[in-house]
Amino acid sequence: MTDTPPLFAAREPIFPRRVSGTFRRLKWWIMALTLGIYYLIPWIRWDRGPNLPDQAVLVDLAGRRFYFFWIEIWPHEFYFVAGLLIMAGLGLFLFTSALGRVWCGYTCPQTVWTDLFILVERWIEGDRNARVRLWKAKWDARKIRLRITKYAAWAVIGLATGGAWVFYFADAPSLARDLLSGSAHPVAYTTIAILTFTTILLGGIAREQVCIYMCPWPRIQGAMVDDGTLTVGYRDWRGEPRGKKHENQTGDCIDCMACVNVCPMGIDIRDGQQMACITCALCIDACDDVMDKIGKPRGLIDYLALSDRPPEVPSGAAAAQPLVADGGVMALAASDVASAQGVYGGLTAGAPANATPPTWQPQPAWRHIFRRRTLVYTTLWALVGVGLVVALFIRPEIDMTVAPVRNPQFVTLSDGTIRNAYDIRLRNKHGEPRDFHLSLRADETLRIALEGRDNLVVPVPADSTLLQRVYVSARPQDAAAGTDRTDLRFWVEDIVSAERAHSDTLFFGKEAAQ
Amino acid sequence: MSDEKRIDDATGTETTGHTWDGIEELNTPLPRWWLWTFYATIVWGVIYTILFPAWPLVSGATSGVLGWSTRGDVAADIEAVNLSNAELRDSLVSIDLAVLEENEPLHRFAVSAGASVFANNCSQCHGAGAAGVQAAGYPNLLDDDWLWGGQITDIADTVRHGIRNEDDPDARWSEMPAFGDMLEREEIAALVAHVQALGGLEHDTTLAATGSELYLDNCASCHADNGLGDRTVGAPNLTDAIWLYGSSDEALTETIANARFGVMPPWGERLGEAQVRAVSAYVHGLGGGERPVGE
Repeated sequence: MTDTPPLFAAREPIFPRRVSGTFRRLKWWIMALTLGIYYLIPWIRWDRGPNLPDQAVLVDLAGRRFYFFWIEIWPHEFYFVAGLLIMAGLGLFLFTSALGRVWCGYTCPQTVWTDLFILVERWIEGDRNARVRLWKAKWDARKIRLRITKYAAWAVIGLATGGAWVFYFADAPSLARDLLSGSAHPVAYTTIAILTFTTILLGGIAREQVCIYMCPWPRIQGAMVDDGTLTVGYRDWRGEPRGKKHENQTGDCIDCMACVNVCPMGIDIRDGQQMACITCALCIDACDDVMDKIGKPRGLIDYLALSDRPPEVPSGAAAAQPLVADGGVMALAASDVASAQGVYGGLTAGAPANATPPTWQPQPAWRHIFRRRTLVYTTLWALVGVGLVVALFIRPEIDMTVAPVRNPQFVTLSDGTIRNAYDIRLRNKHGEPRDFHLSLRADETLRIALEGRDNLVVPVPADSTLLQRVYVSARPQDAAAGTDRTDLRFWVEDIVSAERAHSDTLFFGKEAAQ
Repeated sequence: MSDEKRIDDATGTETTGHTWDGIEELNTPLPRWWLWTFYATIVWGVIYTILFPAWPLVSGATSGVLGWSTRGDVAADIEAVNLSNAELRDSLVSIDLAVLEENEPLHRFAVSAGASVFANNCSQCHGAGAAGVQAAGYPNLLDDDWLWGGQITDIADTVRHGIRNEDDPDARWSEMPAFGDMLEREEIAALVAHVQALGGLEHDTTLAATGSELYLDNCASCHADNGLGDRTVGAPNLTDAIWLYGSSDEALTETIANARFGVMPPWGERLGEAQVRAVSAYVHGLGGGERPVGE
């Protein structure tokens, strides 16, 4: 059995080194922004009057309402959510085709929380070298103390994460009081416990395993990038052959491994594009730092597109194929690097001997962002957005749905009057109770009456619906009584605001199937 | 099987050493935690089948040591709902039915509960839409014609004790004689014409004139001189547009000659007072319910 290769691989621990630079700074800001939004939004208050909750963003599952600042969504308006999801989808298409996996690299919760967990890990256990030493160290008091401290800090973050989540579903201040006093609903505690656990598991322990093995997005995105998409790449035509600076005829890459050491995914960007790369751009910061130190221009590792290679590569080497790992391939094995070296060999062999430093020019990034494909995505995205905004402004505050009672189709009363019944659901979206006046219009004489009411006015409570049975009748001498079908239109009018809504339906007379 | 690690030339990936018809299997190792997760699901599955109903047997299934069942779950849910409605139910039983409508939450509770009671117990005869069975003796409950009274208290009495049944001594009772034994065929035909005349239907005027005398002698004691009927004995109003057994010559001849004897069982004991009141509120709100005169 010793010669049987292992079918299961243990996770290689990754110890990302601290890095500073443009993209790291950008990522700190984005982390602060996204986490700030996540933790603070449930606490924003928004006055909607006495009958509605005053939480700016609230998913009221029990009341079947979604509140977002001045917008209130009812279940029948779920198309807004569908529209937002379509916009999110198109937005991802847009960003992916223009900038590759920026979602993965900057704003994905998995990335943001992993980043936060690594930051905490570094504060407690030290930078890369210290963490590697600690990993290899025997279990002594210090290691136990550091590990306990780290997991305790992670648990606090996890608890805060799960804790913030439940505030979106209930009034945050009162739920916070209930949580602390132990009187909150068990569902709240269970949710917090589960999210605490999954946050620690995914952000602290699983980390890059989530992106590589669990997330479908890398596979989808691999299919959505094209040659013109900006991704994090390595200018092999400039860096190879890599080696020590003092050696003759070497590329700019001094093989210092800075790009590998800072990578949270534990990959080598010099192997080319690969599925495990979340394009967090930390290797760009790391490499730029090194280039500054050795007096070479920045951008050996940079945001660049596959189509940048031909115009940038020095003459004589343009025929060389770009070094790209297939987006669908999981990750490059060590042997890939070996074969890749062969490509570099071909590249340099083709270049003129004793060539002057390459005359490559970085291609401008805006050309990759403003392309026909991205403009189409932007247009579609904007159209859906405009449609949603228009729908938001024209949706009525009062509404009615009419369900004719057809069992039986009509009732004959003692004086021969033919009566139809309709179940009308009246919807009042205002934040205060309103009186609705019901009426009907028809070419023939028809009379309207409401079950259980002496007049035609129905008081509908604030922000709710009310089911009212409505009777429409035709006396024996009226034409509608003897006619198979008569068209009629119900009108509902809000007595306060004079808003109106209507609904068309039919009146069945005696000629209907008996 | 290979003796040493084989690397596939085309992909640079290690192979498992398995070869079929010259095709080699590449080895792309799964993460080990995936394997652990798989084992964990197996352990979970074993524990689950011990705790919960799982394995099918010849007549049933293993019940699980927790004793949980979906049926028990539903029963517990119903119990919980009943418990949470107990207060409403108690006040429904104790309230004066005549003023139920003024208590809107209680009235709403009664009507929606009554709809279920009706669907379960009444719809078999009166129809899911409460329209009865036309011309077949199952009254339409949607109209404004009531044999025994249409106020909510009247309806509750009818539901509680039923009509012409032997089970409840308080059942509403009346019995129309079969006039086929007492009157001649021609006399019955004349009565039919007169009754049709009372109801404003097409009729034979000559016969109806004869029938008028016969009506006063034989029918007016219950159906009244003017044909308006008498609710205290459940005698139908013959002047309105509603005919429980139909208004054709044949139907009316059958009614007069052989009489009708519509029966409704008593529901008071079976449903309990709360459900009787609930279904009464529901029926009263179907469109024909009457209110005390003078309000």
